[in-house]
Amino acid sequence: MTKKVAAKKVAKKKILAKKKSPKDQTIDSLIELIRITSTVVPEDVQRVLRDSMKNEVKDTTASYAMGIIKDNIDLAKIKSQPLCQDTGTVIFFVYHPPGFRQNDFKDLIKKSVTKATQAGYLRQNSVNSLTGENAGTNLGEGHPSIHFYEHKGKEIEVKLVLKGGGCENVSAQYSLPDTTLGAGRDLEGVRKVVIDSVHKAQGKGCGPGALGVCVGGDRADSAYYAKKQLLRKLDDKNPHSELNKLEKEIVETCNKLGIGPMGFGGKTTLLSCKITSANRVPASFFVSISYMCWAFRRQGIVLDKNLKIKKWLY
Amino acid sequence: MKRLTYPFTAEAVREFKVGDMVLITGKLFTGRDAVHKHIHDGNRPPVDLKNQIIYHCGPVTLKDKKTGKWKVTAAGPTTSIREEPYQHEVIRDYGIVGVIGKGGMGQKTLDACKQYGCVYLHAVGGAAQVLAEKITSVDGLYWDEFGLPEAIWELSVVDFPVVVTMDAHGNSLHKEVEEHSKEVLKTVI
Repeated sequence: MTKKVAAKKVAKKKILAKKKSPKDQTIDSLIELIRITSTVVPEDVQRVLRDSMKNEVKDTTASYAMGIIKDNIDLAKIKSQPLCQDTGTVIFFVYHPPGFRQNDFKDLIKKSVTKATQAGYLRQNSVNSLTGENAGTNLGEGHPSIHFYEHKGKEIEVKLVLKGGGCENVSAQYSLPDTTLGAGRDLEGVRKVVIDSVHKAQGKGCGPGALGVCVGGDRADSAYYAKKQLLRKLDDKNPHSELNKLEKEIVETCNKLGIGPMGFGGKTTLLSCKITSANRVPASFFVSISYMCWAFRRQGIVLDKNLKIKKWLY
Repeated sequence: MKRLTYPFTAEAVREFKVGDMVLITGKLFTGRDAVHKHIHDGNRPPVDLKNQIIYHCGPVTLKDKKTGKWKVTAAGPTTSIREEPYQHEVIRDYGIVGVIGKGGMGQKTLDACKQYGCVYLHAVGGAAQVLAEKITSVDGLYWDEFGLPEAIWELSVVDFPVVVTMDAHGNSLHKEVEEHSKEVLKTVI
């Protein structure tokens, strides 16, 4: 065999070795999505955090906390390690073309989650609610949380939110009218309960926080749609003009409460508020509020036809 | 910026006031929900907590396959108020002089801080990397049957940054901020 032929054979072998099965390639892409979500704060959130920092008075505990937040964002990215040790509930939103095999994809997501946990991008965070057992894999009834949506596009889009427990615990649901707050069944009532929820949260949800809100729906859907609002970029505009106005008004008002970063007191209490609505039955009027901490972990990818990451969404 | 250096004492922590920014150098023991409940249920802690600091934290930990040594890769505070039913007794019975966490605690814990000489130290929630960087070694692991985030981890730290939000003189920043923000709330809703 001539040298040239031998070299060609080696090169061909290398190519063959590099070519991964579609399943393995999908798992690789999903692990990368988990890694980036867990370790990098999206640019739209970082921008709002940077702007807020300027508002805090120097040498106060508020500016000290914001400084540590900034250092943490930088360090997590450099070290490729979780921004927060509570890597939260792992929530996937998968948008796929017609004819897509959801159950196969579910299995690949589960494998990716287990591997990402072994790699330290996710904490062993899934606990059996009845026995207290933690299998250490982040898999179990309802975990990870996966939502599928069929869309018209040909590509697969995967969005991921890691929702920490601290901020989930201060999330809330109100049933209007609320007589103690004087909140009726209108947008003024919505405004009142949302601000009340931020006051109740104080620093416990790792503020400055960001809200997803849903007006209406039944209790379950309302909470889900509120959480889904966290997928919106912080600098986007609500197409519903009244809701857009309300979003801004709530942020401005909450930043007057003086709760501040971590509840230390200060000017930055809320980074953003995103509101949607869903129909309700005449008897019910729920307002659901999903509170997200400053360590706002949300990312998304578009997969190409080889199942590699083609584009990052945030 | 103030400092708190090992060995810790009740006298040293009584010097602190609400709002003090403090760097801790020395030893911390993590302990969160399962640990507090277990101690409160009457089980003796596996380590002597006299004059020690307990850290409400469930870290991300990795074991080095070659050396078998543990490494903490993320270690921010968890919400402390969940330990409110237990913290007073744990301070009283085991002589803890500091509690690190986030979100603050209630009146019962504040009373224990005053009575027995203890402070509540607020770490920045979510800042798991900045805080993990201050951990220089993992010196012990106890009660890992609760799962790794819920176990007791014995850690050495250098310049671990916290803010005193509840001191040993009955003052609580959380109470102040909540009361002040409530006044504002009344005017806006």
